[in-house]
Amino acid sequence: MEIPKTFLGYKREDGRTGTRNHVIILPVDDISNACAEAVANNIKGTIALPHSYGRLQFGADLELHFRTMIGTGKNPNVAAVIVIGIEPKWTKRIVDAIATTGKPVEGFSIEGVGDIDTIARVSKKAQEFSIWASEKQREERPISDLWISVKCGESDTTSGLASNPTVGNLMDKLEPLGVHLCFGETSELTGAETVCEKRGKTPEAQEKFRKTWSSYNDFILKEATDDLSESQPTAGNIAGGLTTIEEKAFGNFQKIGGCKFIDVLEPAEEPTKGPGLYFMDTSSAAAECVTLQAAGGFNLHLFPTGQGNIIGNPIEPVVKLTANPLTARTMSEHIDVDVSKILSREMNLDEAGDELIKATIRVANGRLTCAEALGHKEFVMTKLYRSA
Amino acid sequence: MAGTDIIIHDEKDNVGVVVIEKITPKQDCDCWIMENDKSVKIQSMDEIPLGHKIAMTDLNEGDTILKYGHDIGKVVKSIKKGEHVHVHNVKTKKW
Repeated sequence: MEIPKTFLGYKREDGRTGTRNHVIILPVDDISNACAEAVANNIKGTIALPHSYGRLQFGADLELHFRTMIGTGKNPNVAAVIVIGIEPKWTKRIVDAIATTGKPVEGFSIEGVGDIDTIARVSKKAQEFSIWASEKQREERPISDLWISVKCGESDTTSGLASNPTVGNLMDKLEPLGVHLCFGETSELTGAETVCEKRGKTPEAQEKFRKTWSSYNDFILKEATDDLSESQPTAGNIAGGLTTIEEKAFGNFQKIGGCKFIDVLEPAEEPTKGPGLYFMDTSSAAAECVTLQAAGGFNLHLFPTGQGNIIGNPIEPVVKLTANPLTARTMSEHIDVDVSKILSREMNLDEAGDELIKATIRVANGRLTCAEALGHKEFVMTKLYRSA
Repeated sequence: MAGTDIIIHDEKDNVGVVVIEKITPKQDCDCWIMENDKSVKIQSMDEIPLGHKIAMTDLNEGDTILKYGHDIGKVVKSIKKGEHVHVHNVKTKKW
């Protein structure tokens, strides 16, 4: 198949391209959720991104909170941003960082004003942003403006046999075209960590991966009450036939095909070393992982599932594929691409990879994913430790 | 090609994955090895559902399970060729 050279996206002020055109209402902290949701309810064409944190965090955990907030606002799938916080200082820090992209952004704080007046003031600005964004048109953009993140969930053995290798096939075909790619899931590479480390393109990338995985493993050994055997593999994984974390890891790892990663990113960190594959240090919990990858600037997500994970994200469209024929049949409203014919050998990996590329481009052009149509908007902050 | 009941990733693997809805005891199954495109046959001993593993050889306690050509855990209860391989007879070596 000849891969299209372009797709239809929204060109942003900073030169990046969005596959979506969202106006987001971003609360800095948990107590500003009510205001953000009230504004999004008032003004059509906006979405609120409520979450549970943002107060009394400190150190690396606070830095991650800011990185996630700022990265979400900067993501090219977002046309304009309203930031609402209880107090002005942290709100301004987030507004100023998002403003470096050149996109419209404005911050509001609630203290000394109260919810009702804040909602009124913010709604006026949100209406202005929503109408402004509604005139943005899709235009032809190079395929290299796709930044694709991947993460699998509710995996079973069909994931390692077929749906993850299908994603790997897509990566092998899109990497030479200058696409940015990202995989994560530090915990779920356990068992395949030494094999994965060798997939670093440079000794520096390999070293960084080794340190990242070891630090995670040390944390597990220190904090876990016994081990991870109750949650890795999950009950869903075991029902699907996965027996050990090692088996899950080697299946997971099929997603990167033959690609080598050029750098290891902190959670929610934006890649800066140009096109190619990146590893991001993330949890393997689906919503946390995709939220971090979206904050890293990725504009389209591929999600292979075995037993049927149903996750979506508010700003980054999540394309789901499965090779499990039962899941494809019983949960069809969640599955964008069915590659179960690989198991009956009526379809080969090359054909499946082409199907996934076609679906990816259609979604990049604006086709709604199953998760979008069903209203899945899981926005979940990663928290590193207790607040002060 | 239709008619494959079990897929094996790598020639070195000592387990295969059931890719039809289930196989029943004493079923003669067609297996396909992805790595070298070879076909082999095995008779099952157990009922094994889609996605679950079958032992391709007799395995003793302490043996290593190979899938994708890699070590994915150890046998904790001996397994006969054709039996169901899962959490009841295999454990991780990690934790």
